[in-house]
Amino acid sequence: MNSNPLAGAPHAHDGDSVSRLMGAVLLALAPATLYGIVLFGWPALNLLTVTVLACLLGEAGCLWLAGRSVRLGVLDGSALLTGVLLALSLPPWAPWWIGAIGGGFAIVVGKQVFGGTGQNVFNPAMLARVMLLVSFPVEMTTWLEPRPWLSGSAPSFLEGLQITFVRLAATDGVTGATILGHLRTELSLSQPIEQILPGHYQPALAAVGWTGGSLGETSAILILLGGLWLMWRRAITWQIPVTMLGTVLVLASSFYWVNPERYADPILHLVSGSLMLGAFFIATDPATSPITPWGQAAFGIGCGAFVYIIRTWGGYPEGVAFAVVLMNAATPLIDHYLRPRIYGRTWRGQPRPIRKKPHET
Amino acid sequence: MRRHDFRGGVHPPGQKHLSAERAIELLPMPPRLYLPLQQHAGGPALPIVTVGQRVGKGELLAQAQGAASAPLHAPTSGTIIAIGEFTAPHPSGLPLPTITLEADGAERWIEREPLPDPFSLSPAQVAAQVGAAGIVGMGGANFPSAVKLDKARQAGVHTLVINGAECEPYMSCDDRLMRERATDIVDGVAIMLHAVQAPRALIAIEDNKPEAIQAMRDACRSDTRIEVLNLPSRYPAGSAKQLIQWLTGLETPAGGRGTDTGLLVHNVGTAYAVHRALRDGQPLISRIVTVSGGAVAEPRNLEAPLGALAADLLAYCGGVGDDCVRLLMGGPMMGHPLPSAETPVIKGTNGILALTIAEVSEHTPSPCIRCGHCVEACPMGLLPVEMANSARREDWSGIQALGLSDCMACGSCAYRCPSHIALPQYFAYARDQLAEQRREEAKAQQIRQLIQQRQARLARAEQAKAEAAAQRQAAKKQRAIAAVEDDD
Repeated sequence: MNSNPLAGAPHAHDGDSVSRLMGAVLLALAPATLYGIVLFGWPALNLLTVTVLACLLGEAGCLWLAGRSVRLGVLDGSALLTGVLLALSLPPWAPWWIGAIGGGFAIVVGKQVFGGTGQNVFNPAMLARVMLLVSFPVEMTTWLEPRPWLSGSAPSFLEGLQITFVRLAATDGVTGATILGHLRTELSLSQPIEQILPGHYQPALAAVGWTGGSLGETSAILILLGGLWLMWRRAITWQIPVTMLGTVLVLASSFYWVNPERYADPILHLVSGSLMLGAFFIATDPATSPITPWGQAAFGIGCGAFVYIIRTWGGYPEGVAFAVVLMNAATPLIDHYLRPRIYGRTWRGQPRPIRKKPHET
Repeated sequence: MRRHDFRGGVHPPGQKHLSAERAIELLPMPPRLYLPLQQHAGGPALPIVTVGQRVGKGELLAQAQGAASAPLHAPTSGTIIAIGEFTAPHPSGLPLPTITLEADGAERWIEREPLPDPFSLSPAQVAAQVGAAGIVGMGGANFPSAVKLDKARQAGVHTLVINGAECEPYMSCDDRLMRERATDIVDGVAIMLHAVQAPRALIAIEDNKPEAIQAMRDACRSDTRIEVLNLPSRYPAGSAKQLIQWLTGLETPAGGRGTDTGLLVHNVGTAYAVHRALRDGQPLISRIVTVSGGAVAEPRNLEAPLGALAADLLAYCGGVGDDCVRLLMGGPMMGHPLPSAETPVIKGTNGILALTIAEVSEHTPSPCIRCGHCVEACPMGLLPVEMANSARREDWSGIQALGLSDCMACGSCAYRCPSHIALPQYFAYARDQLAEQRREEAKAQQIRQLIQQRQARLARAEQAKAEAAAQRQAAKKQRAIAAVEDDD
């Protein structure tokens, strides 16, 4: 009668599984991903495919070498998600080998070397992004203005293949900097902000995503919607996104209030670059973020602060990947120190003193 | 009164609709009853009957042994046909000493003396009667109720909390009891208030049982000392620690008792049993059991005699389908699998569940992704993921430092684990290993003590010998001196 006599309590489960969680995250990313493909055409789709395939191959190869179940490991969806997240953070017309090297690096060096799913210290996609940015700065900072699918300026399927797999042909004159990149260059020339931004940055367009940038990071609003859905579905908790965005908002507002000529306004920070994607989809990676609510809040604050510091004073216009990887390194420390108080014990772990409440209502 | 939230918890689907709308039915007396001598926390009861002896309904079969124990009474009239081993209601399926009673169908009561008014008795006498009736915690804790009542009175408890939360999914026996026998429960509560000399009682019921809440409110309207409160329907709201926290904001100190906060928690079933014992002179010989689950043809709540087999109850409910993959005693969160349906109902059995594959969701565990869902779910503020890691490394001092002793095995962590890791089993394993270590240490300590005692004994003997020799020597000298003096 008992199919498994060793089964212990509880005999009920909420029905979630790792693959379902990964599936939910992928679903939440779908609008931003589709938008990115529409915005940047065939080359974007090619790059996404190559990156994802590289991740899946890397995962399958490592699992096979380790003698573990390739089918279970690949089906849990975590490698697929790493591939999508990495592709979304790449310049949309980057050559195929950027995706291939990045995807392979993310899985093999970023994840499997540490022992596979759940064992990695750093977010694999962000580790790969950092590696690519440091190693191939030209390919990783070649941006272009939106050239939506079916519009006259979009490349055809064959042109798309050529862009991804042969070389970035005849794109001179269409490349443009991201808002953050443009801002950094001009600020270094001591231009005041009110002269830099007009013509290049419209808050509404930037929020919707009608701007140059990474494959899936342009539309802050679509990413936000996906992230809110994930929160509602309880795949992620509110702590990391809220504290990370909040910290950037507070820092940006303070500096903007002190000197609006030198510091960009908080809305620009929120709607541009990979901040939204980072807050909802990357910093919330379960394996590399703290396990306790307080720890997650501290982690989010750290990520937000690093993002703002790197964007404002660092050597790169964008800092989400660096910020997340830095805070990943601090996660074990955070988990060690920030723990919940145990019921019936003081914060120091001693039993709480016996205290009788006099009879009252 | 202010409410204070408790941490964590989960929302498993209640599944109460399967059985909650069926009135309690009396299970026809099975031909044989199997009564384990150990149905409670503490020492096993000592049988006072012999094989072949005829007994009346309510007759004492085995008496309490030691400070925390409970006697056992005959649930029906009949003949004792065996005192031996029988499968215990425990996942091991190991046998326990058990009295087997063959029913004669006459339901012949032993002679009962007319009962005094319980309020004319002293509080200690009331508790003694509760103990003599064999009443233990009916919510599943199985702790002898009389001991709890006495200790609470001595501790000066100010509030009696009656637990009608019934937060385990599927369970509806307390719900039905409150709906159908509210007046009797309230009478039992009044008697218990007298026994602990407390000025007030709170009856806490999860808000998914509006009918029970209404029935209890109506029943205690005339007694201003008793108040009925709604609890949130969130598991484990019915755990004594979380219940106390919700009601008062106080926490039972680690390693302490609920009474340290000035509150005493008893189950509604216990209050009802107290009423039956002190008003009708009926010891604890039957209880309400929820028989439910997707594999049961007609889920119901049955009033079953102790010692009835799970198979008897299931047969009365139309039998179990072939789709049953797990047979449980207790709820799905904390209940345990039964080795077979030939296992008896005991005093703490609140439910028998036959679950289908869709209800138990069996999965192969996958690697932990450190998502922290278990930390979020833990009502005790523990880190189940770290505790499981310590257990896997066999780091027993590490898992103790993480608060293993504070874990109450509620299962909330595993309920939410997306990797389907059997966290409570890691903790049970660690507890077992630590207990084994403690046994070994106690044994070593004992041996050390014996060796020391032996050495001390030998040293004493040696010293005595030396002293005797010295005395002899001295006496000899004395004699020699005396002889010399005599010569003079």
